[in-house]
Amino acid sequence: MGLGFCLGVVAGVARLARTPWVHTPAVLYVELVRGVPLVMVIFWFYFFVPILAGRPLSNYWSALIAFVVFEGAYLGEIVRAGIQSVPRGQLDAAAATGLSGWQTMRHIVLPQALRNMVPSLVTQFIVLFKDTSLASIIGFVDLTKAAQNISQREIRPFEMYLFIAVVYWLCTFTLSRLGRRLEVHLSRGLAPAPERAAPAGGPRVQGRAW
Amino acid sequence: MGRREAMIEFRRVNKWFGPLHVLKDLDLRVEAGEVVVICGPSGSGKSTLLRCINRLEPVQRGEIIVDGQRLGSPRTDLTGLRAEVGMVFQSFNLYPHLTALENITLAPRKVRGLDRQAAEGLARELLAKVGIAEKAEAYPARLSGGQQQRVAIARALAMQPKIMLFDEPTSALDPEMINEVLDVMVALAREGMTMVVVTHEMGFARKVAHRILFMDEGRVVEEGVPETFFVRPQHERTRAFLSKILVH
Repeated sequence: MGLGFCLGVVAGVARLARTPWVHTPAVLYVELVRGVPLVMVIFWFYFFVPILAGRPLSNYWSALIAFVVFEGAYLGEIVRAGIQSVPRGQLDAAAATGLSGWQTMRHIVLPQALRNMVPSLVTQFIVLFKDTSLASIIGFVDLTKAAQNISQREIRPFEMYLFIAVVYWLCTFTLSRLGRRLEVHLSRGLAPAPERAAPAGGPRVQGRAW
Repeated sequence: MGRREAMIEFRRVNKWFGPLHVLKDLDLRVEAGEVVVICGPSGSGKSTLLRCINRLEPVQRGEIIVDGQRLGSPRTDLTGLRAEVGMVFQSFNLYPHLTALENITLAPRKVRGLDRQAAEGLARELLAKVGIAEKAEAYPARLSGGQQQRVAIARALAMQPKIMLFDEPTSALDPEMINEVLDVMVALAREGMTMVVVTHEMGFARKVAHRILFMDEGRVVEEGVPETFFVRPQHERTRAFLSKILVH
């Protein structure tokens, strides 16, 4: 998740770069990977990378690399949208005080972009979490694979699959609550969004039901 | 006014936005310590002119020399130049994720290399100067428009610029807040800051401007000292414009 996010930030920033040799590879990467099902990406890395590298890769590493590459493309698009959501005036103000492009990105654009990206990021991470079940097809023992193994032994597939569904749900629900909390945390000091406006002058409504 | 050092000089500057010719053979000379007010109908190119001075907008033809440096030449240190030219925007453009204090200290720390303590000391001094010392820790969304614009002025001043540019600084403000911003600008002008101000606040122009420029369709149609500019405008277009904005 972390690695995929780093790659996503790089891809997102690169896509917005004006220099063609930075921009073009980023576009190619995003468009290529997004046009292919995740299962294919997992297979690629499982079958082809060992051939190219000349030595076998463990299930864990090939699954990890496949996920990082796949998620990087999606997160890159989220990052790009987030960056573009920052108003132009912010860039003018930063440039007018003499900040460099990189400083502007680091101190002005990314902090604001990140805040706008949180809902999409959380969704993407939930999807990623569930997609890990696909790693089972190359024999990597994830939750689904473990359940398969057990159900073949115990012959009680219904209970097993129900159980893992509950586990998946609990994890993703926790993720989405954490995301909500992060959103509230990051928007401190900002005007409350209209749909959750606090009463005038009153304290901000923090995340409820915690 | 005697022939003093030119801070800003435009020589036959032309700029296009696509097919739109926004600045036409524009000449301009602003001397050190001068306060120049630019007015004119919207779309006349006055904001663009201002944005050319710190090269937020590049120009296609002509020369712009600011503080002895020619803009657009590869040898120009653009970052260094922008550090010398403060700018205040119509829409404030404060950084919403930073407090007033952080808004002001960011550039001095990152560009000038001041340490946190020195930068904060300077920022508090400037906040006191613009009359909102108590708002240092507030986020922009908690400030009124007038307060936000004063923070924006303090942010620009924190770089200790030689020139201050104001792009319609009071146009987005409620009427009762306009004066608190203008007062800060008048004080700045009286301190001898070189200022170029795009505004329709003619009271302000009358009080502190050394010269007023009237722009229309990418050209300076008329310029003069406030006394003659208001009393005896030479051009029909200037008269028409003034009659529109001075009635109320």
